[in-house]
Amino acid sequence: MRLYAFAIYLFLYAPIAIIALFSFSAGRSAVQMQGFSTEWYGKALSNTFVTEALQTSATVAFTSAVLASVFGTLAALGLQSVRGKVRTFFDALIYVAVMVPGIVIGIATLITLVTVFAWINPLLAAAWPFGEAPRLKMGYTSLIAAHTLFSMALVILILRARLAGMDRSLIEASSDLYAGPWGTFRQVTLPLLAPAILAGFLLSFTFSFDDFIIAFFVAGSETTLPIYIFSSIRRGVTPEINAIGTMVLVVSLTLLIVAQLTLRQGGRKAAG
Amino acid sequence: MQGQRLRTWLFLAPAGAVFLIMLVLPLVVVIVFAFGERAPAGGYAPGFTLEQFANLPARWKAFSNTLVMAPAGTALCLLAAYPLAYFLAVRASAQWRTLLLVLVIVPFWTSILIRSYAWIFILGGTGLPLLLQDLGFGAIRLINTPFAVLIGIVYGYLPLMVFPIYVSLEKLDKRLLEAADDLGSPPWRGFLQVTLPLSVPGVATGCMLVFILLMGEFLIPALLGGGKVFFVGNALVDLFLQSRNWPFGSAVAATLVAIMLITVTIYMRLIRRLGGGRDDISLM
Repeated sequence: MRLYAFAIYLFLYAPIAIIALFSFSAGRSAVQMQGFSTEWYGKALSNTFVTEALQTSATVAFTSAVLASVFGTLAALGLQSVRGKVRTFFDALIYVAVMVPGIVIGIATLITLVTVFAWINPLLAAAWPFGEAPRLKMGYTSLIAAHTLFSMALVILILRARLAGMDRSLIEASSDLYAGPWGTFRQVTLPLLAPAILAGFLLSFTFSFDDFIIAFFVAGSETTLPIYIFSSIRRGVTPEINAIGTMVLVVSLTLLIVAQLTLRQGGRKAAG
Repeated sequence: MQGQRLRTWLFLAPAGAVFLIMLVLPLVVVIVFAFGERAPAGGYAPGFTLEQFANLPARWKAFSNTLVMAPAGTALCLLAAYPLAYFLAVRASAQWRTLLLVLVIVPFWTSILIRSYAWIFILGGTGLPLLLQDLGFGAIRLINTPFAVLIGIVYGYLPLMVFPIYVSLEKLDKRLLEAADDLGSPPWRGFLQVTLPLSVPGVATGCMLVFILLMGEFLIPALLGGGKVFFVGNALVDLFLQSRNWPFGSAVAATLVAIMLITVTIYMRLIRRLGGGRDDISLM
């Protein structure tokens, strides 16, 4: 039993470890380590395609994670005092957002936005009062909007679980002590929710930073890091991809471990 | 009271707007386009025709591949995950349990692209096959085979299967097993009659999650199947990004989602009849 568990952990982590190990190889061989060097990291970081893609990915991930955390937190709080049809409607939307495959979300967003933009752009050009009108096109905005959708559903799910597990007596105690609703919210609810919000933010960032399939459809002329990696893999395996891959893994692993720890510790505190 | 209602609506408004514009509208557009016609230069021309759906058999191979590989991958994930979930819930010591659990979940949230790439590296011509050749096994092809795709699937989705099973096994009252033992039943009977039935909800949730995600999979077959083992997802990428046949692509996408919904509904009915409710879907 113990041995089996060990084998599974080996299966889960050995491939990642191999990538990381070979990213430090000085040669091009994928079988044999040929000396130790950080050459491929230098190559990757001085490649402008990589740095630009990294910048795009980081901007999109940060913006969509902020939007998802704010909108998701507000929605989770709002949903507490809603019953009936509105509640059912929101539950269904959250469920659909999580369950519909990313690829379907990707193509649906692509054809919708392209169609809508084709309508709006002539109107905008006609109505624009000064100079050349801006043209709406696929790019940062569509990437951020599409990632916000999934991340927001995720944040709502995490926060709802936290709100359900929260010790209500703290809130009752607060209003017994004559704190107003706003005071209770700011001094009791928000601090108790903070770890879950942070975890939601980190997960959203990781999701967006790692997402390939939705971005593949809605990125327009922009290139995110996963899109760059995918097209490089198509051209063949190189040690440079090992280095980029290792960096991406380190970023997401760090964020995920922080997210897990805050969520677990916060969970214990909130449950009293 | 009026103020509180207003506040609730203000709280729900931004999320509602994102859901409507980025989820409801696009899904409606897919359904509308699926009944439309293809514009001469690609894209969509308005119309109402069932032609796109009549054309579906043209992509039969993608559907049949998906409908074989998705259940097969789900079954393999279950076989690999169950013993680990059992170990974590029943055998592992409490102080290690949290860490071990986090170690299972964390890979799921890291880039599936890079994790699949790792297998290209391992199974590709300069990886394991070369090693096997040196050991005298002859030339073996591993990459771009159904085997490689299944490895990628188990590797990618194992964590998602372990977690729900763990959750249902964790709730297991160990005194039930002790009682079975005291009454003289051998351990395997205790397992079959106590543990296994109690873990059914977790198994059901895990299988459903993995199956749904596999139905929409694109990356694993694209990277490890090399065009030979392609899923509906690969057909969709081809239809939307290469041939720009939006109406037909929409019909394929709508059919995929319909198949998913039907299978999941039937599956849930069956599980409910077999007894046991459904555990909450929780990934964290």
